[in-house]
Amino acid sequence: MKDAHHKGEGHQEGHGTVYKYGMVINLDKCTGCGACMVACMAENNIPFRKEDTNDRLTQNFWMRVYKISNGGSFPDNDICYLPRPCMHCEGHGHHNRTPCVTVCPAVATDYNHETGIVSQIYTRCFGCRYCMAACPYHVRVFNWWDPKWPEGMEEYLNPDVSPRMRGVVEKCSFCFHRLQRARNKAYSEDRREVHEDEYQTACTQACPAGAITFGDLTNPEHKVYELKKTPNAFRLLEVLGTNPKVYYTSSRAWVRKAADVYVGKEGSGVTHT
Amino acid sequence: MFDSALIPKGVKRCSFAKFFIWVLILHIPVLIGTVAAILCWGLALNQTYLNNNFPFGLWIAADLGIIALGGGAFFTGFLRYVINIKELKNIVNYAVVIGVICYAAAQGILAIDIGQPIRGWFIFWHANVHSMLTEVAFCIMAYFMVLCVEYLPLLLENRQIFKFSVPRSFAHHLHEAMPTIAAIGVFLSCFHQGSLGGVAGVLYGRPFAYREGFLVWPWTFFLFILSAMACGPCFTILITKITEFFAKKKLVKKSVVGILAKISGGLTTLYVLLKIIDTLGWFGLVKEAGAPVKSFYANQPYGWWVLVMEVIILGAIPALLLLNKKTRENEPILILACVLNCAGIVMNRWIMTVQALAIPVMPFDKFVSYHPNWVEWATTLLPLWVGAIVIMLSYRYLPIFPQERELNPY
Amino acid sequence: MFPFAFEWINDPSHFVFMGGFYFALGGLFIAVNYCVMRALFDWLCKGGENHNEH
Repeated sequence: MKDAHHKGEGHQEGHGTVYKYGMVINLDKCTGCGACMVACMAENNIPFRKEDTNDRLTQNFWMRVYKISNGGSFPDNDICYLPRPCMHCEGHGHHNRTPCVTVCPAVATDYNHETGIVSQIYTRCFGCRYCMAACPYHVRVFNWWDPKWPEGMEEYLNPDVSPRMRGVVEKCSFCFHRLQRARNKAYSEDRREVHEDEYQTACTQACPAGAITFGDLTNPEHKVYELKKTPNAFRLLEVLGTNPKVYYTSSRAWVRKAADVYVGKEGSGVTHT
Repeated sequence: MFDSALIPKGVKRCSFAKFFIWVLILHIPVLIGTVAAILCWGLALNQTYLNNNFPFGLWIAADLGIIALGGGAFFTGFLRYVINIKELKNIVNYAVVIGVICYAAAQGILAIDIGQPIRGWFIFWHANVHSMLTEVAFCIMAYFMVLCVEYLPLLLENRQIFKFSVPRSFAHHLHEAMPTIAAIGVFLSCFHQGSLGGVAGVLYGRPFAYREGFLVWPWTFFLFILSAMACGPCFTILITKITEFFAKKKLVKKSVVGILAKISGGLTTLYVLLKIIDTLGWFGLVKEAGAPVKSFYANQPYGWWVLVMEVIILGAIPALLLLNKKTRENEPILILACVLNCAGIVMNRWIMTVQALAIPVMPFDKFVSYHPNWVEWATTLLPLWVGAIVIMLSYRYLPIFPQERELNPY
Repeated sequence: MFPFAFEWINDPSHFVFMGGFYFALGGLFIAVNYCVMRALFDWLCKGGENHNEH
């Protein structure tokens, strides 16, 4: 994608306008408050069971905050909180495909080349969970239970997001319904482009520290465009070739080492809770 | 006897009462397995110990294992009908029966494993032809149909059915067409056995399972085909020996078993050699990517012992035992070699599914272990009991072993 | 999946994959039906008394 192709928001490729929505998360700003997780659950109608609140293996999170430590003892101990949404991998080179998309036997997930968003079609998914096995980031979660909310909370569900039935896989959609809403608004105002501030994910808006920045990674007018180029920017498991669209920045070298390298290489000694 | 009119001529079977009681006893674990399956269908998969870290567990590992073990059907069929090793006609029937059970079991387990069983047909209707799982589903379904057709002449040879001219003639013509049907079976089997290897091999986000390969197929694709060809005949021998033990008589001549064992020995040796090359190649691949190989074996219980166990104890040892004529012809050693070989393949399938998921990929990810609960065990073992009943019925009422009369004159 | 399904794409992957599948199924279908026809033919013409041993 060459910068020269940009004309305002998005750029032309073939017949349609192509965006690559992505995130840059500043780990130095993240306090681990979990507001992004809460906002995500509320926005996307993620069900939860009281019994599972402490069970990270069966409770579903689209956005999950990891706590990582440099493993040092006082006074050298340092911790970092790492929010992890779906990476919306693009794949490139030898792996010119999203890891979870090509494995789905029923085309229940799709990489949208116009937005760069990896979708999940809940009514198409039949719950084989092959995509979960394919994702190295544990982004994809399965509905082990029928969706249930504490009494009265059903009244507060987001009407723009369909709740998922049991037995299907779900994951972060970069709040795709917000993009649809923004597109509708733009259309009603006779515009073709969606402005940066018109489409922001729930976690981005909820973060009190402003650690999350969201936008079109290919658009020089969007903040993420420059942020992803900063020297401290990195992506999770870059070496695998998944080509994620979520970038992290941290001024701390141990954090960069802990997150963007291959299994055990430099991250050994790093623990998480 | 109550059912003597149905029993093949010239062979002896236990009393109907004894047979009935055994079938009844086997219904107890069948019932437990059925209850477990109903729990999964009715109350969803929260009834299992599967979780978001282990989307695949005992079921998928068992599925892969069962299909590999059932590979004896296609490979024996290939040797008998395509290569035309005539001696094998004395065991090919039984290989087909075992194959039918294995493939029915695999499909049954998958039907429980998927989160929305009612949508199971989506895999055929909305097929993604690039997914290895699609290839598996299509080929397993089609090959199961082939196996049913191969089983059909056996059914028609029941004494009472065989009296009628049309089924008799139909069975005869099916026998004539068997080389074509077996060839179709081989075609389908090669693809689905391979695709099962591809299921793990294409996961480039899981470095433990990922392999490079040839065109769209990772090396595991070819290793899985070969391993199924190597261990399938061993499983057929093993089940034949178990049947002989319960029937208290010889059913297949030593020479016939010997042919299968010898071929299996050769293929297992080749498989182990290629597996070692594959493992060394994978060591190089991960090292190149910057990961120390030892990090993949740092999480107990998945230490180095797993690799040694799989490749040496359950791979090289049975291969050598089967290759050597002396050990191969010694029945207890032959049985031991078959047990080791089959266990090795099942272990390989477990490693490629469960261990592959257990190894943390993100550097700050924590190792989590998984062990199946009773619901998973009961449903996984269900086909074993149903299979035993099918074998008992088939053995009692169908002329499965052509050499039985000759070996047990009365 | 059939060639008339809305998700069908005319590309080599679909042709090879589905072609192979239908080739195998077709072969099996023809083989079984051939045997059925032969059996019925035997019954109608010869009374089917020729095949006793296998």
